[in-house]
Amino acid sequence: MYLVVEQLLNGLQFGLLLFLLAAGLTLVFGIMDFVNLAHGSLYMMGAYFAATFVAKTDSFVLGTLLALGATLLLGIVLEYVALRHLYGRDHLDQVLATFGLILFFNDAVRLIWGPAGLALPLPAWLTVPVQIIPGVYYPAYRLTIIVVALAVAAMLYLVVMRTRVGMLIRAGASNREMIGALGINIKLLFTLVFGLGAALAGLAGLMQAPILTVQIGMGENILILAFVIIVIGGIGSIRGAFMAALFVGIIDTMGRAFLPDLLRKVLSGAAASTAAPALSSMLIYLLMAIILVLRPEGLFPAAKR
Amino acid sequence: MKKAFWLAGAMALALAQPATAADSVKIGFVSTFSGPTAVIGNDMRNSFELALDHLGRKIDGKPVEVIYEDDQQKPDVGKQKTEKLVQSDKVDFIVGYIWSNVLLASLKTAVDSKTFLISANAGPSQLAGELCSPYVFSTSWQNDQTPAAMGLYMNQKGVKSVFLIGPNYAAGKDMLAGVKSTFKGEVVGEEYTVWPSQLDFSAELTKARNSKAESIFVFYPGAAGVQFLNQYAQAGIKAQIPLYTAFTVDELSLPLQKDNAIGIPGAQEWVNDLPNAENKKFVEDYHKKYPGLRPTYYGAQAYDAAQLINSAVIAVKGDLTKKDAMKAEMEKANFKSLRGPFKYGNNHIPIQNFYLQDVVKDADGQLSLKTVATIVKDDQDKFHDKCSMK
Repeated sequence: MYLVVEQLLNGLQFGLLLFLLAAGLTLVFGIMDFVNLAHGSLYMMGAYFAATFVAKTDSFVLGTLLALGATLLLGIVLEYVALRHLYGRDHLDQVLATFGLILFFNDAVRLIWGPAGLALPLPAWLTVPVQIIPGVYYPAYRLTIIVVALAVAAMLYLVVMRTRVGMLIRAGASNREMIGALGINIKLLFTLVFGLGAALAGLAGLMQAPILTVQIGMGENILILAFVIIVIGGIGSIRGAFMAALFVGIIDTMGRAFLPDLLRKVLSGAAASTAAPALSSMLIYLLMAIILVLRPEGLFPAAKR
Repeated sequence: MKKAFWLAGAMALALAQPATAADSVKIGFVSTFSGPTAVIGNDMRNSFELALDHLGRKIDGKPVEVIYEDDQQKPDVGKQKTEKLVQSDKVDFIVGYIWSNVLLASLKTAVDSKTFLISANAGPSQLAGELCSPYVFSTSWQNDQTPAAMGLYMNQKGVKSVFLIGPNYAAGKDMLAGVKSTFKGEVVGEEYTVWPSQLDFSAELTKARNSKAESIFVFYPGAAGVQFLNQYAQAGIKAQIPLYTAFTVDELSLPLQKDNAIGIPGAQEWVNDLPNAENKKFVEDYHKKYPGLRPTYYGAQAYDAAQLINSAVIAVKGDLTKKDAMKAEMEKANFKSLRGPFKYGNNHIPIQNFYLQDVVKDADGQLSLKTVATIVKDDQDKFHDKCSMK
């Protein structure tokens, strides 16, 4: 029983992390109709900034806050300098240009920080396991990720649903031309949205960094999952991204945790332990396929255009 | 105009000449030079270049030409690069291969063309057994050997039960099989993770802790080793269940693993402090040539590969068509390996010692690896009976 609780927490943590990445992606894709493959690079930059600033300031909290600000700034600059010119183009041009940006960022990182990668060590108070219910310990840092991501999700919800900017964002998602016609400065709105998306990606990257390593190309694999999530959740929908991220995180983790044992009941030991990881990594794609068949718009599509 | 014509004719003649009369030794080197594991490929290249320096950049008086190719850690790319080296570059030797799955995909191309292939790292069980070939040599080990040595050490420590975790590819399966072949206690669980994309091991660590196993064994080479140790320490499992490893803590991962690696034993056939004279020279000159970097076992194996090639070319006095004579010479392992005692079994896999390594803080506070004990002497892989070469 404890095992299930712990694995659920693992899934929740992974899902929330994916949400941070997917939220930015779905905003940019849904509102600006812009395919940004370089979203994973912003995730990577968040991690590199954090590793650098934490080492410089000797404070984990201060360093990560600085890194968050730096990624936000980088996002805004990137939008202003490069991406702004691509909005009118079709998706293929955007894919090409942002793929170029991935290569640019990877080599820039290699030039500045070297090919070996960096470590982002945690402060001592985050490396102790916490007893959540009697008998179940959970890493303090993973709990922190859960809390921070939930807080960000709540804030995002409030901003999008309860503020004027949020109203504009929602309006932009349903009909871009119309809000432009109503005299809203859509350029500024887009820059803001892109910066917000970049900061969210950076936050995901810097929170993932102490668990993994900070390395070149770290955002590429995880970006595929983020795309799966926005497709499942419905493009442009924050609520959809949230639910889909939780689904994907929990299904992926539960699959890895319990599928091998289930398979061992029907297959021989060796065959089961080989097949299980392959099968469990397929589960989320299966989920996506099923949802696409049943609800091609995703689970929670943003309001119709 | 006439001159140019003759020049062109001479060049065509030179190109048409058979490889025998070629006045250089051509070596193809396939390793990973991009992506997160590029640091490993770079280290192998550094050490191979150092070996060539030590040989005076010449083998049997001939200049050496090395063509480095990046396999991107992908079997299909490795195979393509191997084909390119064999078919269009017509190299005399192919060296390298970090990853067992890349080597297995590339093997047939080399063997069919009767090009000597020297694995400087990967040691899949198939290579030692049914796929052994007169044209394939290893300057590393068979995958099972190192973890098998770790299993012996765990027996010495009186460990009663273990939970195994490793990546789901050729080497991962060999490694876990290797521990199981020698470990006398109970194996309470065995988990494979998606390789190389899975970097979060929370589900596996949770299972290991809940299995009540007395110990955990893992094999995670490269950056995955850093990630695993991070998560193992953060989950507080380091204080509860001791970890035993193969190829998880090395000189490349140590600067990133930092204190997480302290107290985690590993088995290895080469450690930087092995006391033989050749090794001392290698380590010293490596530091001189590449300030700020530290040599690894990957590099030491690549260095030995250069020495093996050198011995073969000298034995046939530079006539690279005498493949049988070269093979016979290489089987003698007529060179001084950086790891000390080194000879070949019937399947061209080394028979060698395995050491216990530990992480220590050296004089200037840096973490480094240190040999603690010899776990097993003159160990031969357990697949050599399956090899048709006698």
